[in-house]
Amino acid sequence: MNILVIGLNHKTADVEVRERLAFNGNRLDEGLEGLSRLPGINGAVIVSTCNRVEIYSAVKDVDNAARAIKDFLVGFHSINREALDRSLYILKGREALRHILRVASSLDSMVLGEPQILGQLKDAFESALQKRVTDYVLNKVMKKAISVAKRVRTETRIAENAVSISFAAVELAKKIFTELSDKTFMLLGAGEMAELAARHLISNGVKTVLIANRTFERGCELAKEFNGRPVRFEDFLKEMVHTDILICSTGAPDYVLRRSEMHSVMKERRQRPMFLIDISVPRNIDPSINELDNVYLYDVDDLQGVVDANMLERKKEAEKAEKIIDEEIEGLERWASSLDSIPTIVALRNMAENIRREEVQRVMNRFPNLGEKERKAIEYMASSIINKLLHPPTVALKEDSEDRETLIAMIRKLYGLNGEDESD
Amino acid sequence: MGTLFFELSLTFYFAAAIASIIELFRGSKATSRLILAFAIAGFITHSGSIILRFIQAGHIPITSLHEASSFFSWCIVLIFFFLEYRYRLDLLGPFTMPVVFILMLSSSVLPREIRPLSPVLQSYWLGIHTFLAFLGNAAFAMAFGIGFMYLIQEHNLKKKHLGGLFQRLPSLQILDEINYKLITLGFPLLTLAIITGAIWAESAWGSYWRWDPKEVWSLITWFIYALVLHARLTAGWRGRRAALLSIIGFVSVLFTFFGVNLLLKGLHAFV
Repeated sequence: MNILVIGLNHKTADVEVRERLAFNGNRLDEGLEGLSRLPGINGAVIVSTCNRVEIYSAVKDVDNAARAIKDFLVGFHSINREALDRSLYILKGREALRHILRVASSLDSMVLGEPQILGQLKDAFESALQKRVTDYVLNKVMKKAISVAKRVRTETRIAENAVSISFAAVELAKKIFTELSDKTFMLLGAGEMAELAARHLISNGVKTVLIANRTFERGCELAKEFNGRPVRFEDFLKEMVHTDILICSTGAPDYVLRRSEMHSVMKERRQRPMFLIDISVPRNIDPSINELDNVYLYDVDDLQGVVDANMLERKKEAEKAEKIIDEEIEGLERWASSLDSIPTIVALRNMAENIRREEVQRVMNRFPNLGEKERKAIEYMASSIINKLLHPPTVALKEDSEDRETLIAMIRKLYGLNGEDESD
Repeated sequence: MGTLFFELSLTFYFAAAIASIIELFRGSKATSRLILAFAIAGFITHSGSIILRFIQAGHIPITSLHEASSFFSWCIVLIFFFLEYRYRLDLLGPFTMPVVFILMLSSSVLPREIRPLSPVLQSYWLGIHTFLAFLGNAAFAMAFGIGFMYLIQEHNLKKKHLGGLFQRLPSLQILDEINYKLITLGFPLLTLAIITGAIWAESAWGSYWRWDPKEVWSLITWFIYALVLHARLTAGWRGRRAALLSIIGFVSVLFTFFGVNLLLKGLHAFV
């Protein structure tokens, strides 16, 4: 089994190079067809996301195939060869396997443990399957990668806990309120991060959205976008009485919410808890408000602290994931070595030899009075039957053909030569 | 036989308490299931021991401190199961089972002999009055545990300690809600227990109220919980303050239960 990975990712290539090399839309199918026409390549999958472009292939000769695929990339994308060489990595054998498994398990992602990559990998595999450009070995590797990724997801906590500020805000909100759907959320001011957090809150169930912006027109626009209600900036304090979650991100140079104001808001809302998120720099909410009962105030640094801690947690979990991958690679390699022709021929012969011995023994037991000559004749006949029967498959297995691995797998399956754990 | 069941349940609750401590420090699905399994085993054998003693004594086994703390923890486990079934709160077991074990342990070291029931106690009020009182107190005990969980979680959120326990403790809102519900369950039970107690006292001793220490402390407890409910409804004393008050209330419950018997003497000398 010769698996080859050729590609580049966010660590080795700038976004300009990644863009140049991307296989988008129709180009993906064209690329797959082009690759399958290259000599010595039995199967190929193209993974093209915004952070990586990689070609996974099952090949006959690794070095020749690597050269061919590189030439193909240069031609297909009409890209400068030196630029490509600088960012391309070529992985073979065990390293290639490990890479594919790590990518699927999101250990190679820019944000460790992010869940999208598995879906992207599945899509890439699906496209290759549809184009019928994969082979038996690559199929097995891709399926394994997907199942390993699922195993990593369930056995480690690599994908748990928010690693972005906006998700951290949602996570905290869920520890204060059980249910977000009956809560009211107010966006005070605007800004990229605040809007992102707002979007996450809404997708996590918040239904009532208020938008207070210094320029009322901008507020109206945002309100339309979030399906919310615009509120005049001067009125935001009044609206605080029935707001549960507030994200504040105004450009004000000073506090827009002071402790005394918050105190009376809390009194008026009968101490129902409030979650305040101050994303503005400089801060817009008096930090001493956090000392008030039932008010939970988080600023950007607090949220960043949550994110950092979670990231550290993910790194710890990633170590467990690497161990799982080690195990799985061992299994894959065991399977791969079974795909060599010699052990298959040996196994086939052993099986036949066992049958011969048993059957001959049975005949001998039945006719204990046979003479030496007859016994020899029976032995000879049995041997020559199995030899003649096994001759063509042995020759076929030894032959260096394109589909040898498929053939080996088929023979192992037909004659039941596989161990108990290789049932597919 | 009853003793055997009692010892068995004590052992199961001990195992549940140990599993609780493990769950607190390095929790997993396995440990939380283990806690529940031990609690169920403990509850079954515990019920057996109470029933056997009931048959043996011929009345509800609640007339000595040994019996009373055993019955008290039985009521707590009952409410724990109800909450577990209804809300499936993470970490509820670890905040309940150690308390149950300690109560059972204190029951186990108290004198166990069955004393003849004094004539004044021989009344159907015995069962009604005590059952109401104990179920109410058990609700307060659970409110105490939940309030404790609330305070930890609230502290984590305020101080931004967001690792370990924070991740596994339930949200503030649900804790506050259940704390409130438990007190609204316990309060009417306590009220009824005081009323039935007064009626019983009238028929047994000829007067409704004699300012006996147990009566006084029950009344103090009643006022504390009345304050919890009143302050929540009028002044919006929820969250941290409600949790704190429910803890103070439970201290008063414990004093009414143990302190009065051990330190003060009165008509309730039996229990």
